[in-house]
Amino acid sequence: MDKSKSKKSKTFKSKPKASGKKSVQYETSAEDKFGSSHKGRRHRFSISHKYVNPFPDNNKTSTDKDQMVQEFTINVGQLSESKVKHHVNNWSKRKKWLHSDDKPGKIGSKTKNTRKQNSTEWRKDKKNKEYQISRKLEDPFPGDAPVDPKKLEKYRRTDTDELTEARMLSGKPEMRLTKAKTDYAVELSARSDFLLPDNSGGIEADEGEDTADLKQYDIINAVDITSASKSFDLKLPLFGPYHMNYSRNGRYLLLGGAKGHVAAIDWQTKKLMCEMNVMERTHDVKWLHIETMFAVAQKEWTYIYDNQGIELHCLKALNKPLQLEFLPYHFLLATGSSEGFLSYLDVSVGKLVTSTRTGYNRLDVMCQNPSNAVIHFGHAGGTVTLWSPNVKKPLAKLLCHHMGVTSVAVDNSGNYMATSGMDRQLMLWDLRNYKCLHKYRIQSGAGHLSFSQSGHLAASMGSVVQVYSDAYRQKIKSPYLIHRLDSCISGLQYCNYEDVLGVGHSNGFSSLLIPGAGEANFDGFEANPYQTKKQRRQAEVKMLLEKVQPEMITLDNTALSKVDTVTMGRDIEERNKLRYLEEKKISYTPKYRMKGKSSGLKRENRKQGVKNRVIKDDIKEILKEKRREKREKTLQNQRGPKHVLDRFKRNKE
Amino acid sequence: MKIKCLSRNPDDFLRETKRDIHKVPRNYDPKLHPFEAPREYVRALNAAKLERVFAKPFLGSLDGHRDSVSVIRKHPTSLSLLLSGAYDGEVRVWNITKRNCVKSVQAHDGLVNGVCGHPNGEYIFSVGADKQIKQWNITVEGDIQDQPKSTILGRSVFQDIDHHGKDNFYATCGAGVNIWDEERTEPIRYFTWGVDSIHHVKFNPVETNILGAAASDRSILLYDMRGSTPLRKVILKLRSNAISWNPMEAFIFTVANEDYNCYTFDMRKLSIPLNVHRDHVAAVMDLDYSPTGKEFVTAGYDHCLRIFKLDQGHSREVYHTKRMHRVHTVCWSLDDKYIMSGSEEMNIRLWKARAWEKLGTLKSRESTALQYNDKLKNKFGNHPQVRRILKHRHVSKMIFHNTREIRKIREAAKKREQNRMENSKIGTVQYTSERESHVIGEKE
Repeated sequence: MDKSKSKKSKTFKSKPKASGKKSVQYETSAEDKFGSSHKGRRHRFSISHKYVNPFPDNNKTSTDKDQMVQEFTINVGQLSESKVKHHVNNWSKRKKWLHSDDKPGKIGSKTKNTRKQNSTEWRKDKKNKEYQISRKLEDPFPGDAPVDPKKLEKYRRTDTDELTEARMLSGKPEMRLTKAKTDYAVELSARSDFLLPDNSGGIEADEGEDTADLKQYDIINAVDITSASKSFDLKLPLFGPYHMNYSRNGRYLLLGGAKGHVAAIDWQTKKLMCEMNVMERTHDVKWLHIETMFAVAQKEWTYIYDNQGIELHCLKALNKPLQLEFLPYHFLLATGSSEGFLSYLDVSVGKLVTSTRTGYNRLDVMCQNPSNAVIHFGHAGGTVTLWSPNVKKPLAKLLCHHMGVTSVAVDNSGNYMATSGMDRQLMLWDLRNYKCLHKYRIQSGAGHLSFSQSGHLAASMGSVVQVYSDAYRQKIKSPYLIHRLDSCISGLQYCNYEDVLGVGHSNGFSSLLIPGAGEANFDGFEANPYQTKKQRRQAEVKMLLEKVQPEMITLDNTALSKVDTVTMGRDIEERNKLRYLEEKKISYTPKYRMKGKSSGLKRENRKQGVKNRVIKDDIKEILKEKRREKREKTLQNQRGPKHVLDRFKRNKE
Repeated sequence: MKIKCLSRNPDDFLRETKRDIHKVPRNYDPKLHPFEAPREYVRALNAAKLERVFAKPFLGSLDGHRDSVSVIRKHPTSLSLLLSGAYDGEVRVWNITKRNCVKSVQAHDGLVNGVCGHPNGEYIFSVGADKQIKQWNITVEGDIQDQPKSTILGRSVFQDIDHHGKDNFYATCGAGVNIWDEERTEPIRYFTWGVDSIHHVKFNPVETNILGAAASDRSILLYDMRGSTPLRKVILKLRSNAISWNPMEAFIFTVANEDYNCYTFDMRKLSIPLNVHRDHVAAVMDLDYSPTGKEFVTAGYDHCLRIFKLDQGHSREVYHTKRMHRVHTVCWSLDDKYIMSGSEEMNIRLWKARAWEKLGTLKSRESTALQYNDKLKNKFGNHPQVRRILKHRHVSKMIFHNTREIRKIREAAKKREQNRMENSKIGTVQYTSERESHVIGEKE
């Protein structure tokens, strides 16, 4: 155990940069024993060439500063061997002098003063080579300790690099400063990384061993007693199959039996919070933003209960729900209904945000992208669609499988999606370019998929759970762990901040130990498993203050902190267009009319009238042209070769 | 095979006693903090709203003067003392902390034109319409004797007085600029240049021998106390009312002009101002720099104070009350926290320099939160929603309508200028930038 821990802990060993100067450095460090402090040493050097000649028998009396510099440069190891030898002799002499009693420090007070003055002057002149070199000699590991580039990468945000690309005249220094500051912050975070208290778990297989052979029994026997207690089975054969949901901090578990049994448990202490039967079929259960409230998708409507089991709300706006998703930062409860509606309800104010008719039938395969709050649906036609509350059409459609999609899951970074279909394929997708990364054939279509915080993927096939570690980086050869249950699986979720995978099935619930699945170090302000009541209340207020509006749900969630070049470009284009729309020149001289109708003003008015008419006609012409262009474009699109995905288009014209 | 599972001891994450603070372990991994940009944006929006909620700049008024306040000046050594002079010849010393008048003396017949303190804070000077310069002893508490320590009777009315930043010299203006030694009753220097009716003089606080003056022939003059002739002058389109030196950058000064604008000049190049600050809708009467040298406050004839940033053309803040009339004089306290203004309706008002700032000592958590909010406002300040909230200021009806009117006038003038350029032979009508257009000429 301990050994594995020490191996896992990635403490970065700082190595001295200047390894070539090793020998010299040793020498100086030996000398360091005698020279009390940096300051003191510097004094002595400065005196040596001013007041006392430390090398009286040397032919080259080194009273000159430059001479000293040269010697030191030799010391750093840049000159030929013979000179180095000569220099080493000098060093030994100097050491002797340092030991001897007639140190210049013992000269009277007056000289002390002058010496001080001299040394400060010398130090002030930072460009002084001698000074620099002496510093180098004093510090065996100059500069800051190096930082592991991997850690730097971990803390670096992708959008900060764009700063360098910005080409602008004004504000460039500020941009540069901001960049420097961000880099510094990243460096500090990377440096503070080793202060994190815990290391993630895992299994280390010896040669010839396969982790997939491990049974839960083996894992329980190998780990400590508190971890072992996290593996348990709840036998609930009466009201299954069970859906389940862990709270965001991983502390609480919600179970919903299809036949109406709903229970909330503090699963670590095994304390039951509430248990009831809603006397109706339930389809899904979800915790809301805190563990005092949860939503249950029942036969007809969605209900919200508190942790005592008291019904708080009946949400008739969310009717016939099949799947629930809660977006914690937006306080939105999203439901996919059996009639094909995707509805969002703001639970902080209790109002329906949008309800979209998706155009698909049963929305029973649903998941959210935890990094940008986009909802993913899997459909019977093999497509996966991406939805936000702001757009009435899907943001993206992916044809993932040739047969119906059985499950979808998105990992925590929001970059990868796993889908599985009736065609017995398990596919991994890169959501940044919507391309398939890996494709696996499995025994049967995975009914449920779940990503853990560390990137493990769990898939359920009938009554078997398979766990894949690091599924998207490389092609998996064999599963990480396999677990067989005695009944059909109906719910699957990793517990946050724990090495636990919860499995709901028709005979109850099983909690499995998956070493290395959870994030080892939680952030107390984000999700705290050890939250007290007071902290929870405070956190709720903070969360409500920081509620992100549903309008801000987009595919790219960093868009807000970037410069909107697209709109700006469009604006500029529009403006430029306007400038070039020149007024037509009209040569019109009004006819002469009798009876005072050709006074200056009247003639001018008539002229203006004609002008206006011409302009109006012009505008009409332009609009007509535009309409014609648009029509042609759409016609062209229709005539063109059909795309594979066209068959999934809703509005066929 | 080695297996390790996460296993935490709850005692490591719970506080030991009820009196302890809660333990909050942090992990700054960006993966654990999703929606960074939207959440920061919401925070910035909240910070901007809170700023406006807490923006209550008016702290109180010091009443007691029986006529309009003509001048207020900071005490050079004490933060809590304020000197003021009024149109009835009264000079008062105020304690700002206690908000009371420490002492009042009838210093002059007619209005008090200027007061200033000696840099060591032991005595003050006042000049009035009675052609007299009076020197008064002042105690640490701000008490002054009823009789001046000394009086000098001049030949003409002194319009203003200012003291040298270090030595025992002071300058007066009126007909020309006089430099006085405190020991003598006759000026040691006398500067004249053309028509000399100078109404404002100010010593440079950094380059202490340099002084600037504003004359009624629309010029701004620069002097070196050590020389015998003035250095330079620049003539603007309208006359400048006051001048203030930047306390951090010795060569930069700003003038308050009759044409509703303020102009920041570099002493080394007077032909074009560095910046034109405009927002007032009437003449700017006085101005004073903050000790940081990044902002200055102006007193307007349009019944309001405005705070300008040095590098920005428009004000960041406008202060007004229903009862405040034309503001004659203003100063920014040396701790960068308060602004004092003296106005026509006999009151001296005390304002916060940053309207939303919480006064008093802050707990460290509080101050970090405020700093964080400032940073957020800075980062998201250009988003339309945030900017709208941050920029909104309520102004009086008069200012609101006048601003609109002035904008129209400016636009019309601009259009006229453009038309003139378009309809005349190329090269005959030159484009003049806004900054150039206000300066008539520079003389040496």
